[in-house]
Amino acid sequence: MSMMGTRVVRTEDHKLITVGGSYVDDLREPDLDGAVHAMFVRSPVAHARVTAIDSREAARAPGVVAVLTAADLDLDPPGGDHAEPWLAGDAVRYVGQPVALVLTERRYQLADAAELVDVDYDPLPAVIDLDDALAGTTLLFPGTDSNVAKTHGKPFDESAFDGCEVVVTRRIVNQRVAPAPLEVRGAACAWGADGRLTMWLSTQNPQLARDAIAGGLGLDPTAMRLIAPDVGGGFGAKIGADPDPVVLGWAARHVGRPVRWSETRSENLTAMTHGRGQQQTITIGGSRDGTVRAFGLDVVQDGGAYPRLGTTLLPGMTTLMATGTYRIPRVEAYSRSVLTTTTPTAAYRGAGRPEATAAIERAMDLFATEIGMDPAEVRRRNLIGPDEFPYQTPTGATYDTGEYAAALDRVLAAADYDGLRAEQTRRRAAGDPVVLGLGLASYVEITAGDAGGESGRMTVEPDGSVTAWTGSSPHGQGHATSFAMVLADQLGIPMERITVRHGDTDEVAKAVGTFGSRSLQLGGSAMRQAGDEVIEKARQLAAEAVEASVDDIELNTDDGAWQVRGAPSGAISWAQLAARAGDGALSADVWYSDAKPTFPFGAHLAVVEVDTGTGKVVLRRLIAVDDAGPVVNPLAFEGQRHGGLAQGAAQALLEEMTYDADGNPTTGTLADYEFISATELPDFELLDMATPTTLNPLGVKGIGEAATIGSTPAVQNAVVDALSHLGVRHVDMPAGPQRVWQAISDANRRV
Amino acid sequence: MIPATLSYRRASSVDEALGMLAEHGEDAKLLAGGHSLLPLMKLRLAAPEVVVDIGRIEELRYVRTEGDVVAIGAMTRHHDLHTDGVAGREVPLVAHVAGEVGDPQVRHRGTIGGSLAHGDPAADLPAAVLACDATLVARGPDGAREIPAAEFFAGLFTTALGPDEILTEIRVPRAADRGWGFEKFTRRRFDWSIVGVAVLGGSPTQPAVGLVNMGEAPIRATAVERALAAGATPAEAAEHAAEGTSPPDEPHASAGYRRHLATVLTARALERAAGGSPAGL
Repeated sequence: MSMMGTRVVRTEDHKLITVGGSYVDDLREPDLDGAVHAMFVRSPVAHARVTAIDSREAARAPGVVAVLTAADLDLDPPGGDHAEPWLAGDAVRYVGQPVALVLTERRYQLADAAELVDVDYDPLPAVIDLDDALAGTTLLFPGTDSNVAKTHGKPFDESAFDGCEVVVTRRIVNQRVAPAPLEVRGAACAWGADGRLTMWLSTQNPQLARDAIAGGLGLDPTAMRLIAPDVGGGFGAKIGADPDPVVLGWAARHVGRPVRWSETRSENLTAMTHGRGQQQTITIGGSRDGTVRAFGLDVVQDGGAYPRLGTTLLPGMTTLMATGTYRIPRVEAYSRSVLTTTTPTAAYRGAGRPEATAAIERAMDLFATEIGMDPAEVRRRNLIGPDEFPYQTPTGATYDTGEYAAALDRVLAAADYDGLRAEQTRRRAAGDPVVLGLGLASYVEITAGDAGGESGRMTVEPDGSVTAWTGSSPHGQGHATSFAMVLADQLGIPMERITVRHGDTDEVAKAVGTFGSRSLQLGGSAMRQAGDEVIEKARQLAAEAVEASVDDIELNTDDGAWQVRGAPSGAISWAQLAARAGDGALSADVWYSDAKPTFPFGAHLAVVEVDTGTGKVVLRRLIAVDDAGPVVNPLAFEGQRHGGLAQGAAQALLEEMTYDADGNPTTGTLADYEFISATELPDFELLDMATPTTLNPLGVKGIGEAATIGSTPAVQNAVVDALSHLGVRHVDMPAGPQRVWQAISDANRRV
Repeated sequence: MIPATLSYRRASSVDEALGMLAEHGEDAKLLAGGHSLLPLMKLRLAAPEVVVDIGRIEELRYVRTEGDVVAIGAMTRHHDLHTDGVAGREVPLVAHVAGEVGDPQVRHRGTIGGSLAHGDPAADLPAAVLACDATLVARGPDGAREIPAAEFFAGLFTTALGPDEILTEIRVPRAADRGWGFEKFTRRRFDWSIVGVAVLGGSPTQPAVGLVNMGEAPIRATAVERALAAGATPAEAAEHAAEGTSPPDEPHASAGYRRHLATVLTARALERAAGGSPAGL
């Protein structure tokens, strides 16, 4: 019987929750013996000219091996109009930007020595407000004529709303958040006698990171080996490589010793890239019967100080997915990425799609309120029907498959939506100071959106066990379990006998990695393709062994036995075939190139209570359909949904990275940055639905980000819904108590 | 995240700790549970040259009845105080508030003495001992002295304790027959209070109200108490909760918002102390 779809405890977890994983900071590799420890001196100011760096006193501090600045670096600087230097040279543009590197014999000596590096900053005006940044009064990069670094989509065509009976428009914020993974950034590196650089890096994609770092160091990628050991989360912020590891690799060569680096938690909150950060103007038009005819999304994306993915790529995902799950004839979507003197923005769980979903889902609620129709009903009237796929959106996406209305109805039924509405009405009428709010989100997102390929390699060992290598190097997702299940199902070899390896560029030279909810679709499909090739080789061998026609040979996947069709008595095992094939011959090494994006979807309903006396919001229920096609391992699948729901609710209610007017982070420690915990969350109510895609051999879509995408607007909509009877139409995220109380106070004043 | 260089001394008795304080003078800082001091040291906002660890002084860990008061040793951990039978029966407000501090990890390390001596206006226990009219016992080179709670909290992170003194005991009047209420307003369960209100109910005297995070020091809501004494209803009296306060003004909680919260939470705490069931989350 196939194990696909069964609840398999992740094989990674025993180690991770008992003795602990081996993260970069845990490494005891002999190559790292004698390593010096590294700490970056980071800019404490948002925007300044660096006029002098005096490191003489620091260089005399106990244990200091070297203090290195941009003046010491003999690397080619990155190019382009907005080049992000390896170490800041004559200017700094955000608090947290690396300015110097201190190397010491012992780790505890770092902080003392770093404090002694004396940098003279000649302040320049901070650029924090996005309107100011657009106005360009202060340019981050002299020599450019604008702070706008990139645009996506087409400028707005107002005529889209001509003839609409009702038009509602609103400016809303999709705030900047910090990824804050459990494991902060870290790296260790050593140059070998052969001139090769080995680097251990906490990364989501070792091969891309290797290419970037080798490029920075002027090395051929083959002259570098990059290893991702256990990686404690990334949420998108560990895609590729930051400038920091390039400097570390260079420093190790410069001082002729291995280097180890692990940032502090405070550093992580300002020096790791941030996510989201959009100011959106949403406009929705339609008729009073509930039909939406046009939607407009005008985005100003906060790129931070230097263009990373948050500038160059993510807003394109937002404009691409602006249409949502609805049959809207006209959709206008445009984004300008503008640079500010803040931490650069990049991918964060959902990476452009949560922003799109939040925009359209807030718009649907605003429209529903305007025409006096229940938000569930408005959605139902406009959802793309199951017979309309593949569906080409006005913003350029081709949705593969979907059952949007079924997902919505399933959530409404499970929640007893009508009963909840009745309770809401009752409590309002009774003057209950704690009001009830219901928030809906119908969402569709794009996974494997990069449409790059992925590698898969496997070999049947002489003892009949399997070693497999995936290019999709995980950072907590459990690929070793899921991919072993895929192969076990296909080969009939127990998953205990299948070892999945990943993360070492000397073992897998070409790969893309783990982001964008791509792994099972692409890495899993690569595994399946490798399995198919091995099966065909084995069939040939089996046919020769039993002297039968290839066409008569079949694999019994219940026990992994090769046999002549209908004659199990003469069966041959994988081990026998592997032995017969000779060393490593029963292998396949594939590049899965038939990669197409898929479109998971779902519906979420959030139920909140709002204390009108204090503004406090408590999330009472979160009911979710997250349909990502057939499920390989429900346990891992639900884990992704749990994490996603929590992270989405966190953005709606708690998390925001903020700066004061001078560009100083005001939420730069975990005492101030409000990540969510179990005490703020209800038990999640997960409903099952599985609509396969036709676009990959497993029929699967991605689940890594989906629940985040749906839950954020659902929770936000619930907060607004709770207060709608007071005249509140919108509350920006995070809907913290002060902001909610302010919305109530403002509404009361208007009455 | 790494403190500046320091010397660490561990005292096993109050006398030994006093000796160490005398030896090192103002260079020394007392360490109890460490949950206030160590984060400041790791962020290098505090950099004492000598840390004198008094957290393991067993003679300061007790809860016992002494006549009309419950005597609490200063090194009693929040969890032990929260779960102590005598405290729960005789000084239920203090026992309850000890269970509201931080999260379980904090409560298993943090001590009542450490919390009070830190003088943090955002801490919960100071408001409770203020409302209870507790007496704080300090020992110094010249022996012990008693400080009324109302005179103990001098300002932001400052108390009536001298640099050569150690807070050894908190004496809380027994109040088994009095109602009480505590309202702690946070965004997350384990956060510092944005505002908190501790009320010790009205029998046999007028209710006493302590405020968390409504000024530079933990304070009593004297305007509320005066209004109650003058015959105002709890709801009317609560409207005075922010009078004479100077709460912090921060992006996520402005001074104005805190003043509003103080009135709402005071009304709820008074209602709870009077045996009612306050409305709110």
